[in-house]
Amino acid sequence: MQRRTFLGLLGAAGIGAAVTKTAQAASVQHFEGYPDSYGVLFDATRCIGCRSCEAGCNQINGLPAPHKPFDDLSVLAKKRRTDAKTFTVVNRFDQIPGVAGAVFRKDQCQHCLEPACASACFVAAFTKTPQGAVIWDESVCVGCRYCMIACPFEIPTYEYNEPLTPRVMKCHMCHPHITSGKATVPGCVGACPTEALVYGKRTDLLAIARQRFAAFPDRYVNHIYGEREMGGTNWLYISGVPFRYIGLREDLGVTPAPELTSGALAAVPIISAAWPVLLTGIYAINKRRDKIAAEEKKQAVKEALAKAQAKAKEELDKALAKAEAEKKSAIEREVKKALEEAAKAQAEADKGQTEEGE
Amino acid sequence: MSTLKTENLKQYLTPFNIVVGIILLLGGFVTILRFTKGLGAVTNLTDNYPWGLWISFDLLCGVALAAGGYTTSAACYVFGLKRFHSAVRPAILTAFLGYALVVFALHYDVGRPWRLPYPFFVQSGPTSVLFEVGLCVFLYLITLFIEWVPSALEWLGIRKPRDIIVKATLALTIFGVVLSTMHQSSLGALFLIAPSKMHPLWYSSYIPLFFFVSSIAAGLSMVIFESTLSHHYMHDKMDETYLKEHDGVTYGFAKGAAMVLVLYFFIKVVGLTLDNNWSYLLTGYGAWYLLELLGFVALPAFLYAIAVREKKLTLIRWTAVLTVLGIVLNRFNVSLVAFNWHLPPEMRYFPRWHEFVVSIFVVTIGLLVFRFIASRMPIFYEHPDFKEHEARELEEHELKPHPQTWGH
Ligand code: SF4
Ligand code: SF4
Ligand code: SF4
Repeated sequence: MQRRTFLGLLGAAGIGAAVTKTAQAASVQHFEGYPDSYGVLFDATRCIGCRSCEAGCNQINGLPAPHKPFDDLSVLAKKRRTDAKTFTVVNRFDQIPGVAGAVFRKDQCQHCLEPACASACFVAAFTKTPQGAVIWDESVCVGCRYCMIACPFEIPTYEYNEPLTPRVMKCHMCHPHITSGKATVPGCVGACPTEALVYGKRTDLLAIARQRFAAFPDRYVNHIYGEREMGGTNWLYISGVPFRYIGLREDLGVTPAPELTSGALAAVPIISAAWPVLLTGIYAINKRRDKIAAEEKKQAVKEALAKAQAKAKEELDKALAKAEAEKKSAIEREVKKALEEAAKAQAEADKGQTEEGE
Repeated sequence: MSTLKTENLKQYLTPFNIVVGIILLLGGFVTILRFTKGLGAVTNLTDNYPWGLWISFDLLCGVALAAGGYTTSAACYVFGLKRFHSAVRPAILTAFLGYALVVFALHYDVGRPWRLPYPFFVQSGPTSVLFEVGLCVFLYLITLFIEWVPSALEWLGIRKPRDIIVKATLALTIFGVVLSTMHQSSLGALFLIAPSKMHPLWYSSYIPLFFFVSSIAAGLSMVIFESTLSHHYMHDKMDETYLKEHDGVTYGFAKGAAMVLVLYFFIKVVGLTLDNNWSYLLTGYGAWYLLELLGFVALPAFLYAIAVREKKLTLIRWTAVLTVLGIVLNRFNVSLVAFNWHLPPEMRYFPRWHEFVVSIFVVTIGLLVFRFIASRMPIFYEHPDFKEHEARELEEHELKPHPQTWGH
């Protein structure tokens, strides 16, 4: 956890994005699938492109009737994909190097072990059931269509013409029909006339595929598509031609989709814990800087004030001293004057007395 | 009596009002169509292209261009650049309206809009990047609303609650930055799940970082751009502080944007090298990529730097427009051009006119509401009764992280 979170932070910060990828591929154990989950094995060497599986799917799921009936094979001229009324399509692939005729492949949800759609849905509307199917819950879907962005096999479709209650539509491996007992195998599998489709436990299907490789080594490409692609899927393919010629991408890698975003998501708790501390720190530093500046200013003012006061006091003292001195001299002067006057008066009086006495 | 009516009518029939009227009418029409006939009737979306113009423009661009809110308030309150103070309120208002409109526009795009709160209240999908985006946008919209409320309260002359909110400015700002960091980058991280559908030049494990850094440049440039427009049209609403600080804000933001764009340019080049994608540059997509990188990242960085040094306000303003266009181009490139590049041309998406109408309609509503608020509430000026309060109260405010910031 610690390590993952740390790498996740690096990943989100972009610093160690490359590191994250390799580290995860090397160290994180990925989900191997529910042990007894079911799946379907599609064998392209057996498929004759009859579209019976499309009809079977349409029927068991009560989907609207198609524009052209299912026995009209002219629709195979154009490559098709699943849509809101079609959970599965068969496509024809011509002009494959070294192959005389055409090769067909059925397309539908691959029922990934760790589905991109499920990890992308923000209301967790998808569930990977222990039985293997990936099912979707209408009661919570918001209709954001991020699941469609996420699915690497371009499977989920949308009811664009429903104004208020559009649904995400995709193959559910007949999970509801099988659990309710309405069917024992998926509709498409039951409808296939050539046993190009086999329904069973995923582990058994892998074994069957390997048996066929061993029995007819020249007929097959020695690879089970879906065993590890995108972390593995419950729907598996074997073929006599490289998978890229029958519309299966060979560049998807083996990393399960949830790991593509786990690094970025792991950064969330770190950002929410580290950012406030960091920002508060920055704020505090700036505030401190401002405060110091303010304090310095205050100090300077104080000093200037003190200086000014000191000077003023000095002047005042001086003035006081001067005033004092002046006052003193004035008194002295007055006293002197008074004494002088008194002396003078005395002299006058003495003089008068002598005059009288004469 | 009738002459009075025509007089009145004439007074309202300004070119501006006529254009706005037409947009609102068309918007109303498409709205009705959307909710009666479904997305299929008004968009060119397909099963291969579940996201179109409304996500590219209204969500990705909308959120990036509303980044002015967190960048401005962070610059002013966290990084202590008080001289940007007068730019905060307009930026918060624009961001608030921007996010509100993003959420409004999403109601057109998602299938069952009344379920938009479901991820938080009914059932959560925490493994989804979209969940994180949704949660952050939701919380940030509330945060922006709270940050904006004081303007309204001052206008109404209510002091008590306003003072409480103003005291929480720092906490709100930090909370906003945290949320913005997360959802701005996560908008890029949305595309991490689909490496097989994206052109390698735009797909990178660094894409969250690219989105985050470019959002800062977008936010700063939008503030410059908007203040230019506001200056032109709402001059009479601005007080002396705003006008005095305006040029300084422009220079400061231009300098910031130049630095961020340089950083953005370098991490893009480093990403290109680490993902070993140089060889793609020689293809047609490579030329388009170079146009984006050189013409809309390197060039504006250079122009900003020159304009700041030479003190050329007009050049700064035009560069802001260029930067904003560059971010818009980037978001379109990621979500529409690079996405599904492996599909044959006839299967690729181009928006229907209805989609453009809704996007223009949403922007128009934003402009009208902004004008309504900015011409009434103290946005470009400080309310005389509340003047100087803000700065002082913030100073005195105790330094404690808000509990909310921890609990994401
Ligand atoms: S194929 Fe697509 S829709 Fe089916 S489980 Fe995988 S990711 Fe989901
Ligand atoms: S469209 Fe529905 S199912 Fe698909 S991701 Fe969105 S909420 Fe989930
Ligand atoms: S498994 Fe069921 S839903 Fe899926 S394609 Fe077959 S019939 Fe259709």
